[in-house]
Amino acid sequence: MGEMSVTTDLLEHEEKKSLESREFGFWIYLMTDAVIFALLFASYVVLSKNSAAGPSSKELFDLGHTAGETVLLLLSSLTFGLATISMSEDRANRVVQWLLVTLVLGLGFLAMELIEFHGMISQGAGPETSGFLSAFFTLVGTHGLHVTFGSIGICVMVGQVLVKGLTLPVRSRLIRLGLFWHFLDIVWIGIFSVVYLPGVM
Amino acid sequence: MTHTSERALTTYLTGFVLAVILTAIPFALVWGELLTGPAVYAVIAVAAVLQVLVHLVFFLHLDLKHTPGENLFFLGFAAVLIFIMVGGSLWIMMDLHHRMM
Repeated sequence: MGEMSVTTDLLEHEEKKSLESREFGFWIYLMTDAVIFALLFASYVVLSKNSAAGPSSKELFDLGHTAGETVLLLLSSLTFGLATISMSEDRANRVVQWLLVTLVLGLGFLAMELIEFHGMISQGAGPETSGFLSAFFTLVGTHGLHVTFGSIGICVMVGQVLVKGLTLPVRSRLIRLGLFWHFLDIVWIGIFSVVYLPGVM
Repeated sequence: MTHTSERALTTYLTGFVLAVILTAIPFALVWGELLTGPAVYAVIAVAAVLQVLVHLVFFLHLDLKHTPGENLFFLGFAAVLIFIMVGGSLWIMMDLHHRMM
C-alpha cells in the first residue's frame, strides 16, 4: 500500500516535471515569435512612408475601428484569465464558459480585422499597391493568423476539458494556450502604437 | 471563492484597469489632437512600454521571485536580440534614407 502511493507520487512528480519542461519549451517558442514580430515591425517602420502615390495611412486608418479591436482583444485576455482562475478552482464548466466567451471575443476581433482588410482591398489598397501596404498586411495579417490559430486552440481545449476533464496534461495545455493568447495581446499593443496611432497623425 | 483565487482575480482586474488606462491615454491624445509633434510619439512609446510590462506582470504572472530563472533569461535574450536587430535595421535604413535625399 505504502509502496503503491510512493510509485504514484513518483509518477505524478515525473509527469509534472515533463509538463514543466514543455511550458519552458513553449516559452522559448514565444520568444522566437516575438523576434519575428519585432522584425516585421522594423520592416513596417522602414516602409510606412512609401505609399507609392497610392493611398496613405491617414486616408485608410479609422481609429474608432482600431479602438474597437483593442477593446475586444483586451477583454478576451481578461476572460482567458478568468478561465485560468476557474481551472485553479477545479470548476470545469466555468472553464468552458469563460473559454467560449474568450472565443467569441477573439472571433469578433477577427471579424473586425477582416472587415477592415476587405474595405481596404476593395478601395484598391491591397498589399500589392505599395511598400507601405505590403508591410502593413504582412504585419497585421501575421498577427491575425496567430489569433486564428489561438481560436482553433481554444476550440480544441474546450473539447479536451469536456471530454477528458481537468487532468494534469489538460491543465498544462490550457496554461500554454493562455500564454499564447496573452502574448498576442502584447503584440497588439505594438500594432496600435506603431501602426495605427502614428498612421493617423 | 478561495483566498488564492480571489487574489488571482484581483491581479487580473488590476492589470485590466491599468491596461485600459494605458490604452486610453495615447488614443485620447491622438483622437483629440491634444498634443502634436515629437511629444505625442514619446507618450505613445512610454504608454506602450508600460502596458507591455503590465501585461507581463499581471497577465503572464512574471515576477523576479517565482518565475524560473531560465524563462527570464530567455526573455532578456530575446530583448537583446530584438534591440540589436530592430535598432540596427532602423539605424541603417534611416542613415541610407538620409544619404539618398
